[in-house]
Amino acid sequence: MATVVLLAVTGLGLGALYFLVASGLSLIFGLMDVLNFAHGALLSIGAYGSWWAASGHLPGAGSSGAGFVLAVAFGTAVGTLAAVLLELVLIRPLYERPREQVLATVGVGLAVPALLSAIWGSDARTFPGPHALSGTFGLLGARIPVNRLVLVGAALVVLVALRLFLGRTRHGLVVRAGVEDRAMVTALGIDVRRAFTLVFAIGGAAAALGGALGGLYYGSVDPGQGTSLLIFAFVVVVMGGMGSVAGAALAAVGVGLVQQFANYYTASGLGDLAVVVLLAVLLLLRPSGLTGRLA
Amino acid sequence: MTAHTEATEPLLCVRDLRVVLGGRHILHGVDLDVAPAGVTALLGRNGAGKTTTVRGVLGLVPRSGSVRFGGEETVRTATHALVRRGIGYAPEDRGVFAGLTVAENLRLAERPGAGTPDYPLVHELFPELKARARQLAGTLSGGQQQMVAIGRTLLNGNRLIIADEPTKGLAPRVVTEVAQVLERAAEAVPVLLVEQNLALVRRLATSCVVLADGRTAHRGPAAELLADADATRRLLGVGSAEALRTAGAAPTAGSARPAAGSPRPDSPEGTTVSPRPADSPAPEEADA
Repeated sequence: MATVVLLAVTGLGLGALYFLVASGLSLIFGLMDVLNFAHGALLSIGAYGSWWAASGHLPGAGSSGAGFVLAVAFGTAVGTLAAVLLELVLIRPLYERPREQVLATVGVGLAVPALLSAIWGSDARTFPGPHALSGTFGLLGARIPVNRLVLVGAALVVLVALRLFLGRTRHGLVVRAGVEDRAMVTALGIDVRRAFTLVFAIGGAAAALGGALGGLYYGSVDPGQGTSLLIFAFVVVVMGGMGSVAGAALAAVGVGLVQQFANYYTASGLGDLAVVVLLAVLLLLRPSGLTGRLA
Repeated sequence: MTAHTEATEPLLCVRDLRVVLGGRHILHGVDLDVAPAGVTALLGRNGAGKTTTVRGVLGLVPRSGSVRFGGEETVRTATHALVRRGIGYAPEDRGVFAGLTVAENLRLAERPGAGTPDYPLVHELFPELKARARQLAGTLSGGQQQMVAIGRTLLNGNRLIIADEPTKGLAPRVVTEVAQVLERAAEAVPVLLVEQNLALVRRLATSCVVLADGRTAHRGPAAELLADADATRRLLGVGSAEALRTAGAAPTAGSARPAAGSPRPDSPEGTTVSPRPADSPAPEEADA
């Protein structure tokens, strides 16, 4: 029982991480038809930004208390800024040329990890998390690491915030409409490209936050983290239905749990395979994804 | 702008509009004027380029040539910026966002910073939209979706309304309703109307532009064209007598009075523009 609980909570933590990456990926693809292969790089930028700040390089930031919150906020802000720059400088000039656009994001997705390892080395760096978050607590006989809960909590906050943004604000309305029919949104007199930048900023912020909290989850940061998470985030996006935040949340939980349980009860690595099988089965049964619409 | 230029310059003045899509020349030289009042009908057979013309005017497809709106060249203006100068657009497929509610569809058409949206007008013309405000637009009937599409064009005190086949596929009762709304809207705002239902064109349009093979083939008063048997057959592929029968009484052609029991003027079963080439008339037209 204790093992099952531990696996479930760890799976949920992993799912939370996937959701933070996939929610932005899903919105970006739904609205702009852009497959953003650089999204993992945004996660890495968030992770390294937080690690850099928490290691004492940013005045006021540190590895505990308010200093750690500041470090995570710093990493998230740097990731957001990088996402906005990416959209304005690289994605925007290439809207008429989707193939080059995809290649450009692939290039950034390769260049950023290379840059990170050139500066800080390719080895994993220990992530200095606060003492309070490195402990465990008891749940139904299992010792659960506290950082799993932090991830799940952050993902829930992001989910609720995204749904409020999409459901209650005019910008959110424009995004939802743009996912359905971009041309018609412009034909109503709305500059949909501003929504593009906004969605990139939101997606970048969520991914960078995922990177910062992922550092906590793994206990370290390394240049390749973003790329390996990105693959599963793509699986989550496809499962959840392009452009659907609620679908991404559901799929992220499913993928995280399946991966954890399969990796533990079968051979290690089979869990990753199981996720791909799950994707194939779902696509055969419901080609439009779990929800099929934006929510 | 002086009163003089307002009186002489058309509200929308399109010259030599060309559109190339996927290497194919869809439009090669469309000329089109929309007068500052009344309904201008854009006619032509299927595939003549009517919808592409509208999309070209709005910049929804890459275009070249000249598109002057309100006296200013807009051929390089982005769609959203052009629309914000005062154009309401109800596209051919209605362009309704299926996953949004009726209220959200209308809210999208609001233009913050450009006056108060005229919800009283929209709700007066289409009371159903108020009653169904919270319903998802994707679950509406075709007629109700068309009401949403036209409602969006009436929300902003636009200077021009462009309606692309607003009665296509609608039930007779709804066609009548849509026609009445367009008629009323046209009292205040000029309308560019793409329409296959010639009875409706006859009832609403003052002038018309006929496209053939991506070019302007004819421009002039709508009544004059519809009264001319040869021109109507040549340009639109329908016999004039047939057109007039369904268009109701024709003041310029007394011999073609409607017969008792003929379709009502606003009937969707009325004559529509034939997809057939003009030089292969249907049997019933051969002896007309």
